[in-house]
Amino acid sequence: MNIEQTEQEIIEEFEIFNDWMGKYEYLIDMGKSLPMIDEKYKTDDKIIKGCQSRVWMHSELKDGKIIYTADSDAIITKGMVALMIRVLSNHAPDEIINAKLDFVEKIGLTQHLSPTRSNGLVSMIKQMKLDALVYRSQH
Amino acid sequence: MTSYSSLGNLKMSCNHVLRACNLTKLFSHLQKCFINLAKLFLQPQKCFNKPEKVILQPCKTVLALAKGFLQPCKTVFAPEKVFLQPCIAVLQACKTFFQYNYLLLHKRFPVKPLYLQQNTLLFRIILNFAVQIMTTAKTIVSKPFDIKKIREDFPILSRKVNGKPLIYFDNAATGQKPQVVIDAIDYYYKYQNSNVHRGVHTMSQEVTVVYENARATIQKHLNATHAHEIIFTKGATDAINLVAHSFGKKFISKGDEIIISTMEHHSNILPWQQLCEEKGAILIVVPINDAGELLMDEYKKLLSDKTKIVAVTHISNVLGTINPIKEIIDIAHAKNIPVLIDGAQAVAHTMADVQKLDCDFYIFSGHKLFGPTGVGVLYGKEKWLNQMPPYQVGGGTIKTVTFEKTEYADLPLKFEAGTPHIEGGIGLAVAIDYVNEIGLENIAAYENELLVHATEALTKIEGVKIIGTSKHKAAVVSFLVEGIHNYDLGVLLDTQGIAVRTGHHCTQPLMQHYNLQGVIRASFAFYNTKEEIDIFVEGLKRAIKMLK
Ligand SMILES: Cc1ncc(COP(=O)(O)O)c(C=O)c1O
Repeated sequence: MNIEQTEQEIIEEFEIFNDWMGKYEYLIDMGKSLPMIDEKYKTDDKIIKGCQSRVWMHSELKDGKIIYTADSDAIITKGMVALMIRVLSNHAPDEIINAKLDFVEKIGLTQHLSPTRSNGLVSMIKQMKLDALVYRSQH
Repeated sequence: MTSYSSLGNLKMSCNHVLRACNLTKLFSHLQKCFINLAKLFLQPQKCFNKPEKVILQPCKTVLALAKGFLQPCKTVFAPEKVFLQPCIAVLQACKTFFQYNYLLLHKRFPVKPLYLQQNTLLFRIILNFAVQIMTTAKTIVSKPFDIKKIREDFPILSRKVNGKPLIYFDNAATGQKPQVVIDAIDYYYKYQNSNVHRGVHTMSQEVTVVYENARATIQKHLNATHAHEIIFTKGATDAINLVAHSFGKKFISKGDEIIISTMEHHSNILPWQQLCEEKGAILIVVPINDAGELLMDEYKKLLSDKTKIVAVTHISNVLGTINPIKEIIDIAHAKNIPVLIDGAQAVAHTMADVQKLDCDFYIFSGHKLFGPTGVGVLYGKEKWLNQMPPYQVGGGTIKTVTFEKTEYADLPLKFEAGTPHIEGGIGLAVAIDYVNEIGLENIAAYENELLVHATEALTKIEGVKIIGTSKHKAAVVSFLVEGIHNYDLGVLLDTQGIAVRTGHHCTQPLMQHYNLQGVIRASFAFYNTKEEIDIFVEGLKRAIKMLK
């Protein structure tokens, strides 16, 4: 599945819920499937800045594809990271760099993109794309 | 004829007072206004030449005035009681009188004695009107706390958030604005906008008067000795920066000590920290106990010959603690050390009488007192402000400027560089009048009920831990739920239309003291209700269930 297909899948999943409590419940569930970061990477330098809750993120290049792992101390944030990882992980750096990530807006998470919200969805995306840029430049 | 033109002024200022929603002021104003009018009717000597000027014109004016009062008083509580009946009575009397006179004039009766009689009659009516207004006013001013009416004064409270009725519990961050404040700003831009302290033209002079009246309102509210001890700033943060900068420049040198407390907002830490770095001074911090109370014995020990200023908060924005500032000030004064009180959180809940407190500086933001954002106040004792150099310089702060030397203006202008936040100052005074109308004592009593109700309900929830359990506490509850991140709870409460604050609340050193990443804070204002607290508690329970 390419990035856009995963995005479409997520949009459809979120359409099932007609209120925000439902959507968040789903997001919380998704957080439970988050590919956990190895404890040894859970260090201060792996913390993504700009989040009200702490988010640790690690990435590795495997067979030309980036694998992200992460963790957070807040459950909803965990769900959001899980969502981002589900979309971006296991793709080539170029694909990740070029991903438009329209789904964020379509599932109504845009309000969470505002910097004041400080959940750091923006910082998260930025960090993931930055990692991708680094891997691309190494090739 | 000067009294004729003064009528227009009276009407304008009446409108202004109406906007300010200060009933007591309004009624004494009205009384004066009507007595003046009554006097106007007592000028029968002129009626030989042009009787219509003496009788008809004032009659028309009274008619217009009475009508005018009927319109704008919508923003005042229960205006119909105050205005409607007396206004109708006067309207009626005027109409009859008006018709009668018209008849007389046209029939060319010998006029003198009759006019005198009629005028005296109208004089009585108008005087009665004034008395009636005053008595009704008294009963209204002493009215009980009417939460329903109060909520109607705040348009934002009827909006929805995420499809749910808004429950606004983030009052410690900023207060909502009553209609009178919104109106005052609106009115300013529609009818008053001009620069202050500058032009000779009428509007500039008018608005300068209104702006300076606002300063006087703040002076009265804080019971400052002089109006020029009230400096308009951008807010609390700006005011503390001003003092740290200007007081620091003059009075702080290497090795001096500045005392603050553990529970300070970043705004009352960083300006001092920076000053210390610049001057090689030392920042000393008064510790607190687990309940969130200042350790007064420690405070006493920390004061020394090197201490140059003490800066502490009146009320903690996280813990809600009401600090014993009178005691803090007295202890410092015994050693001739000046004290700055950060009143940012206090102004919406308690009265601060700067003369009684004898504090040297008292600062606050307008927006937390239900006034506009971007305006705040620094109260400073004249003796300090006079010795302090200007903070920012530029237009408005000077007497004379040459390229060699500048002579600075007197207080308060010395500290108010550039065009000020004019409508902000005006709006803030209106907000203060509004709050005083309800009464800060009433507000404090009501809010305490809310605090007790919320604290009781929250402590019943398993896993909830309240941070800040001082004996003297304002309507702020910060808490944690065991095993759940405050951010998660904040998001889920927001989804239900409930606005609370989560995070470190600009008090990271305080968070470090409690070893916390952050807390959830519900902070109340007098327009909140117990029903809202119940909904919030239910919403919280629901969120906890989802997150467990
Ligand atoms: C105790 C205290 N001091 C200062 C401030 C700063 O106020 P402002 O941001 O309006 O300058 C706040 C605001 O939260 C506060 O709570």
